[in-house]
Formats: sequence, structure tokens, C-alpha cells
Amino acid sequence: MNSSQLLGFTTFAYLFASILYIAIFVFRAERIGIVASLVTLVSFLAQTTGIVLRWVESYKMGFGHAPLSNMYESLVFFSWATAIFYLWLEWRFKNRTIGAFAVPFAFLSMAYASFGSQIDSEIKPLVPALQSNWLIAHVVTCFIGYAAFAVAGGMGVMYLLKDRHETNVGGKKGQDSGLLATLPSLRVIDDLIYKCIIFGFVWLSTGIITGAIWANKAWGTYWSWDPKETWSLITWFVYAAALHARFVRGWSGRRIAWLAVIGVFSVVFTYYGVNFLLSGLHSYGRPTE
Amino acid sequence: MENKKGNRLWNFFASVKLALFTIFVLAIASIIGTIVPQKEDAARYVELYGANVAHFFQLLSIQDMYNSWWFTSLLILFSLNLIVCTIERLPHIWKVVVQDNLAATSVDRLRKMAMRHDFQGQLTGEPALESVRRAMRDAGWRPSQTEKEGGTLLFAQKGAWTRLGVIVVHVSILVIFTGALIGSFYGYKASVMIPEGGSVDQVYQSNNQHTPIPLGFTVRCDDFKLKYYDSGMPKEYRSLLTVVKDGQEAYQKSIVVNDPMQYGGLTFYQSSFQPMDGQFSVQITNDKDKASQKFVIYPRQENKWPEEKVSFGIVDMSGPDMMQRYQYKIWFSDGKSSPSEFWINQGGTARIKRADATYVLIANPRYATGLQVVKDPGVWTVYSGCIMMILGLIVIFFMAHRRVWVFVSNDGKKTNVLLSGMSNKNKLGFERDMESICNRMEEVAQLTAPAK
Repeated sequence: MNSSQLLGFTTFAYLFASILYIAIFVFRAERIGIVASLVTLVSFLAQTTGIVLRWVESYKMGFGHAPLSNMYESLVFFSWATAIFYLWLEWRFKNRTIGAFAVPFAFLSMAYASFGSQIDSEIKPLVPALQSNWLIAHVVTCFIGYAAFAVAGGMGVMYLLKDRHETNVGGKKGQDSGLLATLPSLRVIDDLIYKCIIFGFVWLSTGIITGAIWANKAWGTYWSWDPKETWSLITWFVYAAALHARFVRGWSGRRIAWLAVIGVFSVVFTYYGVNFLLSGLHSYGRPTE
Repeated sequence: MENKKGNRLWNFFASVKLALFTIFVLAIASIIGTIVPQKEDAARYVELYGANVAHFFQLLSIQDMYNSWWFTSLLILFSLNLIVCTIERLPHIWKVVVQDNLAATSVDRLRKMAMRHDFQGQLTGEPALESVRRAMRDAGWRPSQTEKEGGTLLFAQKGAWTRLGVIVVHVSILVIFTGALIGSFYGYKASVMIPEGGSVDQVYQSNNQHTPIPLGFTVRCDDFKLKYYDSGMPKEYRSLLTVVKDGQEAYQKSIVVNDPMQYGGLTFYQSSFQPMDGQFSVQITNDKDKASQKFVIYPRQENKWPEEKVSFGIVDMSGPDMMQRYQYKIWFSDGKSSPSEFWINQGGTARIKRADATYVLIANPRYATGLQVVKDPGVWTVYSGCIMMILGLIVIFFMAHRRVWVFVSNDGKKTNVLLSGMSNKNKLGFERDMESICNRMEEVAQLTAPAK
């Protein structure tokens, strides 16, 4: 068994888990809930093993490094972080209906890593600029943040769907028998979005800071307005604004849900768009031409 | 009138609306600089966007946007907003932190709090109070108490100081800005190329090539090494640097990309390299007496190592091969046996056996190492700001100010105990705290909840 087989298996396992969670949501099949959780857990464990194996394999190839160094490896790690964050959320808040809005992220990220034509999954040694212990600290902190923001965005969509539905039905509880009735109440979703944003914000801040310290160690400047840095700051601004709007101006519900969704676009652009569309110092994640 | 005007300006800067507006504008403006390439030659902008747009960019300093007057103004506005907001909020927050909650809270208010529990007990007087205090201490709360009309009020709190977290985070941003200012006023960034064997004692700032900055010491590059992986990807750039001060070798460090040299308040980073055109670096070691010498040579010239009575030279070269390496044809003579000629790879090692000794020869292009030289006395201020920010965020988001009041009164027949609590965050977690106090009230203080 090697890492690429395991990670390939993981892709399909997350697909299966996503289908199960969507089934729970669409068919109100709460009975299969435990199966969905187990499948996700198994996929997550397989993925963890896959990542560790890839790490070991890189050592066997003679240039060992943590598997966090290029687009492929970061997509896998993003998927991993989303899965563990979701599993924690499910366990903490005892609710499986949110799985349909979170686990598909883990699957899509793996699917893109595995089948994207521009993504090179080969294990490669590190260029001199990446040979640093800050690599792990920086990538891990950033991606835990991204995972939390992705889940917050998924729940933002969930909120907006349910909110629109309730407005149409007339907002009376207990009466509607539609799909969305199984979702947690708007108040609970709102609270979860907010908690995910808080969690993500702390990790994103730490990610930007570890990045700055590393940049200073490697290049002698902790901030150079490189597109990647700037976009991470823009994302930070989006969430800082969302938190202030809520804390001080009492925003909640629909407006915070929209901000959570906008935030995900900013995250995706920071992570993915910058590598593909803009040029700069931070070109490690760039696809091979 | 004057005062009112001042107030209006103050209120403008103290508003959260302004903060949201500034953050929004900063975010949008920052995007421009990620799309329009920064710090390119003027001609490049004309080529990319046409003369008119390029002229417009010039007017707004888009080519160096993040240092432009208007972006700087936005950052100043942001800072003023932060400062005024902090000054505005601090007294209110401080008041809550040091507030005497025994005096400030009326029993009526306790009865209106969302989280409250009633108990009754048989003990009266001081024993009743003592049992309640013990119950609270058992649950992890240290109450203080005061006499109120109709009974005794006990109060305990946790994490009052956590209310300062907001201030810490806002101040941390100002600290980071201060560090950045210190760096820009008292620091500089320069770059310098030092050929192997060469040295420098002054550097030129990246944006000012006319005035040299003296280092106060000399930095010599003894060696530059370039390593590749088998695939041809660069593996390592390594420079051996020696600091010479007052004619003495004061410090030596071998630097690579993520491991710079620090000396005399300056940091030297490995940032680039270039081969010196038509110059080569040859290192020869006598395996027997371990004598070793490094030479800078030109091709097709005879070079001598008088101490060892050795002559050598590069007589021909070819390449580069797939790994970007050149091959050199070496001519070598020790004056006794007949000279030998052979090919070696760039960076490769040749062992030349002679009657008296074996010589080890390594040939490379002569490189110049490119160093980034940075003086930034503000960096530790920036880092302190960063640490403050993370700690502050953790306090804001994951710690709460929890307050618990207990009012003990007696209606002549039995003792009535009212437990009320409040938390500014994490209500769910606080409910569990309250539950644990309730349990202790029943078990330790032998109180009972009245039948509903």
C-alpha cells in the first residue's frame, strides 16, 4: 500500500460520505446518520495514513519533508483539515445535517487534487526557499483557518436556503414539512457560522503571522505586499469586518450568512486564484506548465 | 460651540461605521496592487495599459501603490480610528473590570437575570452563609460578601480581565504599525554582490544607489556553493561569510536561504548568485600534508602554486549539459613527472596521483554571492505586536467574564437562597458552570430547590 493508493481511496470514500450526508438531508434518512459519520471517520483515518506515508516516502526518496509543499499536497491537507474540523463540529454540536454542507468540500478538494489536469502529484524535493521548519507551522495554521471558513461558508448557504424557505412559507414553525425542516433552527445555524468564523479568524491571523516571521527569516522582510500576502490580508479584512459588524453593530442572520459566503470566495482566491492568476514571490503552489 | 465641533470630529473617529468603511476601502484598494504589477519601469506600464492609462496610474502612484500618499493616508485614518476607538472604549471597559459588583448590583436586578435558581434550606444565620460559601468554593468560586437590605449578598467572578482582550488586539495593530515605522525610519534594505574571495565594507540601499552606507566592518565571501538535486532542481545556495573587524576575523558563518547571518545589528540573507564571466575557482588539496589553496583563475593561462611547486590551468571547456553543468579540461603538472590532462565536471572532484602525494582538485565557475543586507530595529516590536494579537484574540474569543451572585435571606421560617449568574460570552459553557454550582448547593449546603 502506498500513499497515492490510499489517497485515491480517500477521494472515493469522501464522495461516498458526501452522498450519505446529502441523502440524510434530502430523504430525511436520519437512520443512516451513524453510517455517514463512520464512513467520514474511516476516510479521514485513511487520509491521515496516506499523508503520513507520503511523508515517509519522501524520506525514502532521500529528501524528506512534510507533505505541505505544493498545490497537490495543500489540496490534500485542506481536505484533511475540513474533515477533522467537520467531525469535531458534528461531535460537539451533535448534528449531522450540516454534513451535507461541509463534507463535499473535503471530497471536491481531493477530487481536484487527484484529477485536475494541472495538478502534479509527484513527490518532489524542496527548493531552498521552502527548506524551513516554518513551512509546517505556516501551512498548517493557514489551512485550519481555511477549513473553518469553508465550513462557515457552507453553513452560510444553508442559512440562506432555509431563511428564504421560511420567508416563503410564512415563517411558521412546525408547519413546513419541506427538506429544510430537518436543518437546525436559523438561530443555531447563525451561532455556528459565527463560531466557525471566530475559530477560522484566530487561525488565519496565526497563519499570516507565521508567514510574516518566515518571510523575515528567508528574505529579510516580514511584509512585502506580495499578491499572496495582500490577498490573505484582504480575507482577514473581510472576516474582521464580519466580526465587528456582529459584535458592535449587532448584525446577525442573513447578513452574516452572506459575509460568510463572500469570505469563502476571498479564501479561494487567496489560496487558489493568486497562484494561477497573479505573479509573485509565493509561486510554490503554482501548477507545472 | 468649539467644544461641540471637537466632539463631532472625535465622534467621527470613534465610530465603528468609520472602521467598517476604512476596512472595506483598504480591502478593495489592496486588490488593485495585486492585479497591476508593482514597481516596474514606466515603459512597462505604457506597454501593458497604453499611454493614457499609464499616465493616470502615474498620477495615483499605482505603480507603487502601497507606498502612495493615498494608501498611506488610508492607513493613517485606520490608525487614528483605532486610537480614538481605544481611548473611547477603555474607560468603560475598565469600569466593568474593576467594578464593585456587590455595591453595584441590586437584589431586584438579580431577580430579573435570565440565569437564576432558587433554593431553600433549614439552616439560618452564619451557619447558613458558611454552608453557601463552602458550596461556592467547592464549585471553584471565591465569594466576597456584603450586607444588603433583607439579607446577605455574595459575589464571585472569573475572568474580569478578559474584557481587556479587545483593547489588547486593537493596540497590537498599533504596535505592529509602530514597529513598521521604526523599521522604515531607522532601518534600511540593501543588496550587494560579493565575488568569492572578495569583500565589501559598504552597501547601497535598493532605492538609493548614490549614497553608500558604511557597514563598520568588512564582510568577505570565502566560498559559494551551489547544489542540485538529481533532477536538476536547485537544492542549496550556501555562502561562507567572514566578518573582518579592525583587521581581525571577528565572526564566521555559513549561510543558506533560511538561515541568515546576524552581525552588528545587521542581517545578511542569501538571496541570489551569479557566475563571474570567464573566471574560475579551483581548489587544490595535497592529500598527504593537507595543504590546501583556493585560486581564482582565467582559462588558458598557466597558474602556479609555488609552495607545492604545482602548475595547473583550464585549457578547454564544454557544456552545459542537461543539469546545467559545464565540463572543464584541466592541465596539471608537479614539475617532476609528465603533466596530465583530463576532463572533470563542474563541481566534481579529481584525484591526481603523483609520486610524492595525491592532489585533490575541484573546479567551479567563480561565483558572486548576492546578499540582502537588512537593518530593521523595528522587527521585535512587530513580533511583540503579533504575539499580543494572538493572545488577545484567544482571550476575546475563548474566554469569558463570568459573574455569580448569591443572595441569602431569611423569611422567619426558612432560609431563601437566590443564585443568579451572567456571562458576556459562551452562554452554553456558563450554563454548565451554573449547573455545577446548583449541584454543590444541594449536596454541600443541603439546600433544596422549591417544587415548581
